Amino acid sequence: MTETVESIKATLKEYVLNEFLPGEDPEDLEDDTPLITGGIMDSISTIKFSLFVEEKYGVELQAHELSADYIDTLTAMATIIQSKLGE
Amino acid sequence: MGEILLHQLLEKSASQHADRVAVVEPNVGEASYAELNRLADTICETLRAKGVGEGDRVGIHLAKSIASLASIFGILKCGAAYVPVDSKAPAARNGFIFTDCAVRFVISRSPEGTGLDASQAVSQPFGSDDEFLADLLLVPGASDKPTDEIDVPARLAYILYTSGSTGKPKGVMLTHSNAFAFVDWCSEAFTPNKEDRFSSHAPFHFDLSILDIYLPLKHGARMVLIGEDAGRQPKTLASLISDERISVWYSTPSILRLLLEVKDIDSYDHSSLRIVFFAGEVFPIKHLRALIDLWPEPDYFNLYGPTETNVCTYYEVPTPLPEERTEPVPIGTVCSGDTAIVMDEQDAEVPPAAEGELYVTGPSVTSGYWNLPERNAIAFHTDAAGTKWYKTGDVVRQDDEGNYIYVSRRDRMIKRHGYRVELGEIEAALYGHDSITEAAVVAIPDQDGGLIVKAFISWIGEDRPSIIKLKRFCVENLPAYMIPDRFSVQPELPKTSTDKIDYQRLKEME
Repeated sequence: MTETVESIKATLKEYVLNEFLPGEDPEDLEDDTPLITGGIMDSISTIKFSLFVEEKYGVELQAHELSADYIDTLTAMATIIQSKLGE
Repeated sequence: MGEILLHQLLEKSASQHADRVAVVEPNVGEASYAELNRLADTICETLRAKGVGEGDRVGIHLAKSIASLASIFGILKCGAAYVPVDSKAPAARNGFIFTDCAVRFVISRSPEGTGLDASQAVSQPFGSDDEFLADLLLVPGASDKPTDEIDVPARLAYILYTSGSTGKPKGVMLTHSNAFAFVDWCSEAFTPNKEDRFSSHAPFHFDLSILDIYLPLKHGARMVLIGEDAGRQPKTLASLISDERISVWYSTPSILRLLLEVKDIDSYDHSSLRIVFFAGEVFPIKHLRALIDLWPEPDYFNLYGPTETNVCTYYEVPTPLPEERTEPVPIGTVCSGDTAIVMDEQDAEVPPAAEGELYVTGPSVTSGYWNLPERNAIAFHTDAAGTKWYKTGDVVRQDDEGNYIYVSRRDRMIKRHGYRVELGEIEAALYGHDSITEAAVVAIPDQDGGLIVKAFISWIGEDRPSIIKLKRFCVENLPAYMIPDRFSVQPELPKTSTDKIDYQRLKEME
């Protein structure tokens, strides 16, 4: 199955809601909701996230990529994962 | 001093102000000083006839009433110490307390709630023709417990049980002179007079009741009893303050905040208030500010002290509050003749303005817990000069004016991602949100040996609270490592029987 940005986003959304936002209404988590700068994910959360991505997609995120510059929103996360899948 | 005992305050006032009203029980009745003293004498004589005397303890298992007040004085008059409990607490808890301190009798209206053998209850021990005492019962204690080896201070007046971290309540022993150190200081600091009308909001098993009971009765003033149920109905309280012309109010901040929520609170005539005391927990600054806006006239005092010290520091709140203040008010400077120091974990005094644990010694401080020698060894620090200091477990620092600033409970400081986090600081930040009326933060162990920081809030916003928005609010107001992992929105946060936020229950909530 080919992963698209959209399908990756859907998977990540479910992951973020379960891990970091239990109890939140899924509708409130939008594609551009800031996750790191918005206080939803901290440094420990981003490490957990990178382990999840590696397990799920076989994609390794570099330390510098685990920052708000690269993965602050679902869209940004999905984009970087998708680009690495294509490599 | 030292000669006079607590019940002699009532006796003295009864001789000076025989016909003045000593106590009002709204919707039930009132008693003059002469009558209250007579009721106490009746109770004392009956207990004496049953062999109660100096060195004994008698339990009180009654809702707050003229009868329970008279019981306190009746027990003291016999030379015994009173042990008040929450009459609505589970029978097993009450039974534990009464058995632990080996009471001779318990005065009750519902003996099955005492946790003792209800079939042994003696009915109408105080006679059948007295409107206040007719339906009281005496339940004998389980008296097989030897107490000879227990180190009991002379002239023990009462034992207040506080919930212990081990889950078993521990009995704080307080003497007549412990109480006098505080009450006499109050007389000097606040100059009450016989025209004053004091609220008695706190239950008698809560240490706020010491001021509520002994200060008005010492000065020939009036005590207005507020029962547990009325005490939590904001509208009833708002009416009561105006109907009874209360001049001195004392309660926890949680109760004062409830008053602020009464819809047309500013339509009540509360002009009789001249002093508002609060104690028992931190008063979120936005609620204190709102209260002072509502009642600009009275003087406000923050009274601080664990049950073990009675009240050991106080702070007069400047009104109006300076606009720029966003932190809770200080707990202030020492009182009741006590002395305090701020110590580090090695029992060494910290440098000025540094944080540390507050240790207190002096005349208002307990000599220890009932029959808990190991606990007593931990709870006190004896210095090189032989002075015994009570370790409050509260972390404080001193500001430039010499006021102590309350920082946190020692056990409410956690390490998170290597940072030291004070849970109270997270709460203070949450209170900064316009739609958050209550905030309590707890740390719960997770499966990985770490901690989950969970914030419980009650919310008044029109829109429903979104966790994403709450977290964004936190980012703007707190460092990242202090942002709660979880939020739980509740209609209202659970309270203890002493009207403080119940952290123990929050920790157990999903």
